[in-house]
Amino acid sequence: MATKGGFVENLGKIYGIYTGGFIGFVILMAILEQLGVPDRAIGYMFIGFTIAIYALIGIISRTTEISEYYVAGRRVPAIYNGMATGADWMSAASFISMAGSLYVLGYDGLGYVLGWTGGYVLVAILLAPYLRKFGIYTVPDFLGTRYEGHLPRLLGIVVLFCASFTYIVAQIVGVGIVTSRFLQIPFGAAVFVGLAGILVCSMLGGMRAVTWTQVAQYIILIIAYILPVAILSAQLYGVPIPQLTYGQALQQISELEQTLGVANAHVAPFVNLDSLNFFALILCLMIGTASLPHILMRYFTTPTVRDARKSVAWSLFFIFLLYFTAPAYAAFAKLEIYQAVIGQSIADLPVWVANWGTVGLVTICDAVDAGATIANCVRSNVPINGNGDGILQLSEFVIHPDAIVLATPEIAGLPYVIAGLVAAGGLAAALSTADGLLLAIANALSHDVYYQMIDPKASTTRRLTVARVLLVVVALVGAYSASFQPAVIVSMVAWAFSLAAAGLFVPLVLGIWWKRTTKAGACAGMIAGFMVCLVYLVGTQFGGMELWFGVRNISSALFGLPAAFVVTIVVSLMTKAPSKEMQDLVDSVRIPRGAMPALAAKAIQHDPALR
Amino acid sequence: MAQDMSPTAPRLEEHWRRTRALMWTMLALWFFFSFIIHFFVVSLNQIVVLGFPFGFYMAAQGSLIAFVILLFWFAYRQNRIDEECGVDEQ
Repeated sequence: MATKGGFVENLGKIYGIYTGGFIGFVILMAILEQLGVPDRAIGYMFIGFTIAIYALIGIISRTTEISEYYVAGRRVPAIYNGMATGADWMSAASFISMAGSLYVLGYDGLGYVLGWTGGYVLVAILLAPYLRKFGIYTVPDFLGTRYEGHLPRLLGIVVLFCASFTYIVAQIVGVGIVTSRFLQIPFGAAVFVGLAGILVCSMLGGMRAVTWTQVAQYIILIIAYILPVAILSAQLYGVPIPQLTYGQALQQISELEQTLGVANAHVAPFVNLDSLNFFALILCLMIGTASLPHILMRYFTTPTVRDARKSVAWSLFFIFLLYFTAPAYAAFAKLEIYQAVIGQSIADLPVWVANWGTVGLVTICDAVDAGATIANCVRSNVPINGNGDGILQLSEFVIHPDAIVLATPEIAGLPYVIAGLVAAGGLAAALSTADGLLLAIANALSHDVYYQMIDPKASTTRRLTVARVLLVVVALVGAYSASFQPAVIVSMVAWAFSLAAAGLFVPLVLGIWWKRTTKAGACAGMIAGFMVCLVYLVGTQFGGMELWFGVRNISSALFGLPAAFVVTIVVSLMTKAPSKEMQDLVDSVRIPRGAMPALAAKAIQHDPALR
Repeated sequence: MAQDMSPTAPRLEEHWRRTRALMWTMLALWFFFSFIIHFFVVSLNQIVVLGFPFGFYMAAQGSLIAFVILLFWFAYRQNRIDEECGVDEQ
């Protein structure tokens, strides 16, 4: 045990050396590029080197102990758990696409920025410290223990699976896109390269390995996200703090908007989303954040209840660093496009426009008939026709949201090594989220379904074997689904937040804050909330159902949540109050001090950290 | 539940009352920075600081900074409550 204690105490030194080593690697790549090493080789080295590091951490962190596998031995310090949560949380979509959405949606896109951060306030005050005190391994574990039975546990697993599986498929698609673009291999093959990257981080060491790789992945993704835009900010305004300087860019944008005749100002609210949908989106994303199992389970790994609270604060800080930078990306890209692209002669466009045009992320077309001629057209897979005057108008230009972050290094005129760094960051973001989700799904199957419901007498060795086999199976099914690059699934990711919010938030919160919540109440509430949400989603998306009050189905929890609250409370009051033992159990969950009473002992019997 | 009122014994009722009060305070602040402030975005956008229309700034940075500060403050306050009521982890 001495070596492990030594590891946790030396974390600062270890990750300091790691960060220095990574910066050294980036500098080495920059030198190699100057010496004439081709771009493609640099791309290979970035992807290869980072996956090798994650694999190394994954192998060093292998374990044969149950509590190490499920909750990293409950000794992850608050600040490191914060970084791991940051990586767990920020997906390929946050890293690559969010700035692009802000570019397209302007102010209204900030609903995502708010929704994906403010939820942590709810996690900290309502859930994380109490779930940590409960001493469980998985979120369904809480439902099965608090509501005493297999049915609530099973319902929890169903909601978890529906919310997490589409999400993990989208992450594997993200890994495939980044890998195929930078290794220049077909998407189908890239998915399985990514799958290997995901499995080496999680299979041998479970939560313990995922935690320490996620910390490493956070460091890479945050450097990769901030560096290019900081350099761009220094070039434009002389100060490398983009979060401060993009105010000036916003001013220039609003002047250019008037010159160019752009109807919808970048900073004008409620243009793309009406105010009801804007606020509904914020609410659903926030409550969804507080209900997603792969986030909640990260707070099971801290040494104490007190650390769990501090850790939520650190998580939000590390997430905030990326989210308050994203609007700067959007503003700088918009400024560049309004200044140097729109209104220019087709012959004089910046090089990055043509480069990203060849991969289909930028479309420009000045030809009168884009279908008949490709003259003056860069890639016309988006059927737009121009006016043929040799000048690029706003309507003749389309940019894919993903291009905003990816093209920034080139907009700033930076060498290819920075593009490689951004690829490594996008890969880190996708891999870390995929690992967290994979663990959430596989652990629910191995701990809740197999151990708690099928074979409670299984030996430690057997439980770990089952856990690993299920992990590989879930990963393979996820990768197989991702290999079709299913557009439907990717667009369904946003649904995960509403599904989790409507199905899990109420039984989790009331289970802690309202002792009177009964098993029947919780089960009925979960079914009601989840079904209202699901019917609205499927009905409006595929069944031609009318929107209620015009609320988009991404915010369907706006209806599912009240249903869950009302049904849980009414049914709880109609059924017999929970036993004295259960009420005492809830009392002991509410204070950090002391051990959990016997009722919870079943859940924690193999956890030496809690005995 | 009978309770020992000596200063060293855990004061469970006081602890839960203060914990609940802190929870509702935090929820109110969360609601303010998540929703209320953004109801006024159009008027706030009239104020411009360092080039940022203030309503835009609050959604892009201001509320986020508030959330981070709130959470560190909450962790500190709740910890004090636990200690003062004698229910902190020893």
